[in-house]
Formats: sequence, C-alpha cells, structure tokens
Amino acid sequence: MAAADASAFISLRNVDKYFGDFQALDDVSLDIGLGQKIVICGPSGSGKSTLIRCINRLETHDRGAISIDGVTLDDGAAARAVLRNNVGMVFQQFNLFPHLSILENLTLGPVRARGLDPQKSRELAEYYLERVKIPEQIDKYPHQLSGGQQQRVAIARALCMEPRIMLFDEPTSALDPEMIAEVLEVIEELAGSGMTMICVTHEMGFAGHVADQMVFMDHGRIVEMAPPDTFFSKPESERCRTFLQQILRH
Amino acid sequence: MSFRRLISPFALFPVLAFLGGCSGNWGWYVVNPSIPAGRRNLLFLLDGLYYTIALSVTAILISIILGLLVALPGLASQRPARVINRVYVELVRAVPILVLILWVYYGLPQVADISISVFWAGVLALAISDSAFQAEIFRAGIQSIDRGQHEAAHSISLSYVDKMRFVILPQAIKRILPALGNQLVYMLKMSSLVSVIGMEELTRRANELVVTEYRPLEIYTVLVLEYLVLILVVSAAVRWFEMRMGAADKR
Repeated sequence: MAAADASAFISLRNVDKYFGDFQALDDVSLDIGLGQKIVICGPSGSGKSTLIRCINRLETHDRGAISIDGVTLDDGAAARAVLRNNVGMVFQQFNLFPHLSILENLTLGPVRARGLDPQKSRELAEYYLERVKIPEQIDKYPHQLSGGQQQRVAIARALCMEPRIMLFDEPTSALDPEMIAEVLEVIEELAGSGMTMICVTHEMGFAGHVADQMVFMDHGRIVEMAPPDTFFSKPESERCRTFLQQILRH
Repeated sequence: MSFRRLISPFALFPVLAFLGGCSGNWGWYVVNPSIPAGRRNLLFLLDGLYYTIALSVTAILISIILGLLVALPGLASQRPARVINRVYVELVRAVPILVLILWVYYGLPQVADISISVFWAGVLALAISDSAFQAEIFRAGIQSIDRGQHEAAHSISLSYVDKMRFVILPQAIKRILPALGNQLVYMLKMSSLVSVIGMEELTRRANELVVTEYRPLEIYTVLVLEYLVLILVVSAAVRWFEMRMGAADKR
C-alpha cells in the first residue's frame, strides 16, 4: 500500500466499515489535497455515502485510519475540533430544521458551536444566503421554500461554519428535475472559489465540469480513480464501463 | 363544540334536582347556596380546589423534568444507560400511586431522616409515579424525530445538549403535547389520593364534610361535579393550546 501522501489534507488508510455482517467499506484508501474536487459515483449500496459519512464521523469506521489536517479521527476532543473547523456537509434530504427560520437555521451552528456573537453570525448568514442567491428568504421557514431553495439554504448552513471541505451526499437526488440546475450551479461556483469538495452524485455532466478526480466504487471498494477525461473516455474496469453506459444512456 | 362540552356537566343539575324531588333520599339543603349553612358547606368544598390544582401542577412540572432525565439515557447507544432507564420505568410503574404516597409520607422521613410536609410528600409521590409515564412519552416523541435532524445537528458540530435543546426537543415536545395534556388530566384525578395523608384538597374536604353532615350522596355528587368541571376546563385549555401551536406551525 502506498505511503501516506504528505500533501494530503484528508487521508483514508485501509478503511473498513461493517453494518452487521454487511461490509460497506472494504480496504478504502484515498488522499485528497486542499482545493481538490472529488466526485464519487457507483451503484447504490456501493459504499459511496458511507465513505463520506465516515469522513465527518456520522458513521464510525471499524478498521484503518482517517485523518484530516494531520489529526486522526476518533472520539477525542481534537477530532471533534478538527471536524468543527474544517468539514461541512450537505444531505440528500436537506435536513433543515423545520421549526427554525432560515436565519436561525444558519446561525445556530455559528452561535452555539463556534461561539460567534449573534450579530457576526447574522452577517455571515446574510453573506452566504447571498452566495446561494436567496437573500430574500432569510425570515421564512423551510416549508415555505421550494426543494431547490431548501437545498441551497442547506449549503449556506454548512458554509456558515466556514469549513475548508464540503461533503455533498447526493445533493440533487431528492430534487424535482427543474430544480437540479440551480443547486448544481451553486455547487459549481463554490468549486470555482477553491473549496475542497467530495461529492457523491450521478450528475455526470456536472461531474465532468467540476471534478479533478472521478472515483468509481463498487461493493465497498474503490474500483477506479482517474481525472474525468480519462475516466469517461476510457474506463479501465469492465464494471465501471457498464455502469457508465447505463447512466449515460439517458 | 368545546362550549357544549363545557356546559354539559351543568345540564346534570336539573336532572339531579328532579331526582331529589321524586325521592325522599336527597337532601340538597346541605349544599344549597341559597341558605347560609349550605353556602358555607359549598365554599368549604370548593376551597379544596386550590390544593388540588397546586398539587397537580407542581407534580406535573417535576414529573416532566424527571421524565425527560429518565428518557434520555433510554435513547443512549450505551447499554448500561438503557438498563438504568428500563429499571426505573419498570420499578416505578409497578408501584401503585396510593402505596407510593403512603410510603413517601410515612416511610421516607424515617429512612432519610427528614421531615416532609403533606403537600410535598404528595407532590413527590405523584411526580415520581408519573415520571415513568412521562419518560415513555418523551422517548417515543424523541424517537419520532427524523434521524436526519440528528445528523444535521452533528454536521454543524452542535454538542449533545445543544442538539437536544435547540433541534430535537422543540420538535418532539410539539408532537407529545396531546399526551402531556392527558397526563395533566390523569394527575388531577390521581391527586385525590393524597387525601389519605390529610391533604386538604377537594376529596379530603368532601370526606370531612360527610363526617359532620352525614350527607354522603349529595356531597360526593358535588365532588364528582367539581372534578368533572375542572377536567373539562383543563381539557379545553389543552386543546386550545394545541390548536394555537398547530396554527403557529402554519406560519
């Protein structure tokens, strides 16, 4: 196995993850440098979501090591601090807090977890709502917004923690088709601003624009990893070729 | 709808008065407000309302806090915490309220070497007894909140306490409000048991008056009506509160 890449900001080394008897991650190793954009694809159940959920410890891996900025992820305070200061996440189902206004959704983390004062947090919220192009929705509640708007609020909520890495777990899979573009546009702009990103998605057009590296997973393993042009034009494995044919046929 | 429910107990009055007229067994004079002795008796009975309400409200507030504290370990991923929750709930549920009241009032002062007033003995016994049920209500309410809410709170690095306080409990409490209303009604009724240790609430007052007036039928009928009116008013208030919360939801 290759030695840890010294320049890697996030590093996964031989990571295994089980759900009962089912092995969700099988000996996964991956290095991601600051500013890199990784897009992960693969059939359902292949472990893509589990992989990024392990990176912010929504799931705990069973074997191997994951480190961010040199800090190994475990139950300790140092790992919690490194996650708080570095990692933001956007979910398939948005997971906004339905009982809180958009402003409260955005400021809860900055005020309670980062200890910023409310005025500074509000400015942060306004700034990032502007970035996701819905500043006028600040006093509404999540259910008053469309799915696309909700997902953009969720992106702004993650950005308000001012992370250095953003994890996207199928951010457009729960959206109506006409709303997918507005969300992808926001993510692309974010990528353009130099944010480090790991994104699980089936939007291959978007992946082609944004990704530095494409990762294909199957049965919990990383089967193929390549820059988009090679990845799409001449995938090495049969499994990846079949997958791409199926997904690109439409 | 709720207005009709409110006045329905009063509709019983003419029926009872009629019964009193047909049979020689009724003697309403004992609580007849138009004669001085009856009015005095009636006020004596109604005076118990204060302690019935004070007991129930204090006990329910304590049992909500206690119930929440018991519910939280029940949701933990560590097994010992869940065992503590189960043992508490099963033990407390197994003890009849009346027995608990007697034990807290007569037994606890000897065991713990403290003196405890009738009021606080009653509150403590009612609160402990109810807390097991509150704990189950809270557990169900918290479990009904989508896992994504916990994950989102984790993703913005909220501590466990902040996650519960700002994200999970506000949503869970809205869902368990009807059940909490039921518990309040239940508590109002169970507070009558505290009469056995001499708490001057509605039931005790009625018992005392029966001893001096020898008119159990009329006096206990009044007692029934007192509870009926009290509980219908409280139920209506709970429903009104729920409706308001529901309306606030549709903002």
